Amino acid sequence: MRPLPVGEHGLLIELDSAEEVGALHAELLRRAADGTLPPVGEIVPAARTVFLDGLADPRGLIAELATWDVPPRPADDRPAVEIPVRYDGPDLADVAALWDTTPDEVVRRHSGTTFHVAFCGFAPGFGYLTGLPEPLHVPRRDTPRTKVPVGSVALAGPYTGVYPRSSPGGWQLIGTTDAVLWDARREPAALLTPGTRVRFVPLETAR
Amino acid sequence: MTDRALAVVRAGALTTVQDLGRPGHAHLGVPRAGALDAPAHRLANRLVGNPETAATLETTLTGCAVRVRTATTVAVTGAPCPVTVDGRPAPWGAPVRVPAGAVLDAGPAVHGLRSHLAFAGGIDTEEVLGSRAADLLSGLGPDPLTGGAVLPLGAPYGPPTAADAVPHPGPVSELVLPFLPGPRDAWFTRAGLRTLTTGRFTVSAASNRIGLRTEGPPLERARTGELPSEGMPLGALQVPPNGLPVLFLHDHPTTGGYPVIGVVPERFLAPAAQAVPGTPVRFVRLGRRPARAAHSG
Repeated sequence: MRPLPVGEHGLLIELDSAEEVGALHAELLRRAADGTLPPVGEIVPAARTVFLDGLADPRGLIAELATWDVPPRPADDRPAVEIPVRYDGPDLADVAALWDTTPDEVVRRHSGTTFHVAFCGFAPGFGYLTGLPEPLHVPRRDTPRTKVPVGSVALAGPYTGVYPRSSPGGWQLIGTTDAVLWDARREPAALLTPGTRVRFVPLETAR
Repeated sequence: MTDRALAVVRAGALTTVQDLGRPGHAHLGVPRAGALDAPAHRLANRLVGNPETAATLETTLTGCAVRVRTATTVAVTGAPCPVTVDGRPAPWGAPVRVPAGAVLDAGPAVHGLRSHLAFAGGIDTEEVLGSRAADLLSGLGPDPLTGGAVLPLGAPYGPPTAADAVPHPGPVSELVLPFLPGPRDAWFTRAGLRTLTTGRFTVSAASNRIGLRTEGPPLERARTGELPSEGMPLGALQVPPNGLPVLFLHDHPTTGGYPVIGVVPERFLAPAAQAVPGTPVRFVRLGRRPARAAHSG
């Protein structure tokens, strides 16, 4: 755990793995709920870091962090969020080729995986989902699309994501969902928040 | 109270509804948004008796004009500009009573970039996550103003609590940005860090509410490649592959993969809202430790 000061009121805590990020993030949320964490404006987990902003005394927290014994992320007993997917994306065949298998097998493996929301970013409600083993990690498209449709289920690097709205994007599109990823009137507005477990449920399609 | 509204007569180059933004949602990918010149936003609100949280209009370079449907107290702050009510000159930086049906026009900035227009009662568009701010990165909040658009106003809060004496800001001849190094200054060579504090940078015309881009000498990297995405603060000096620092403003993305060489504390950011393209930029390193005295000769 390597804490790096960020400006006057921020702290970027660097960790060795996504698992450590998940564990520290859960611990920070637990302490914030208990009232044993100093007041903080933002707690932003990412790939290998947790960023805290709005701290009155970041250096004091660095000293305190050194004394913490962070347990592994506690098991999530809430049911996984299920996202129904039509596996009809334009890049499904390319992903099948990259995985050296068939499109049906891509559907089977993707929908057979339990994902975790590692962090959010890119757009409100866009979650970076981990869970695919390393051999199934795929590169981004060589040429990003100027318009990816809302609800596109996509892969890039170690991540799966769902586009909460139409936007430019370079990920490999394997399917689409009607699930509402972002609704400002909902609490929480984001369907996928850091730490949430997610499963994709295939809908019957005629490909 | 359907009369409490304004209609947009001249939207200007880019006019948005802004307040103090929606901090606390970065973990959902939601930028903070909010007024770039927060002191100007706060002052405009005080002048018309609003709390600082009330929403104002933030203009860009060319101002804007609105017709109020009911008599309203208005104040214009931020970038100085000619203010008129139905064509007659009115003061900048002071409460102005605008009769029902009259057009308030905040003209092009004399200098600076962004003016704030506060209306007694505040702009009363729908809140999204506790804020009415337009976020131009992710599209949350109201769209930028367009001609003919109608915006509701809230009920007036009461008379102004204090009569501020508002000094007319001078032109920004140089944008000075004090910064604290890190968290990724180690990704740059010593020469790269020196270039940041000694190079001649100017504000790029490609700047917007997401970031103030610069033109100048590229900063030399000690490490190549991208970082795994990490949380990005307001005021980050993020350095993309072209080596030119971008100062992250209020609509900045919440995570990013380019190294942040330093961070400009929020209290120094308001002048960046008023720096027009071409303005010289000077980055001044703040010491975490006592700075070594510069040797002479």
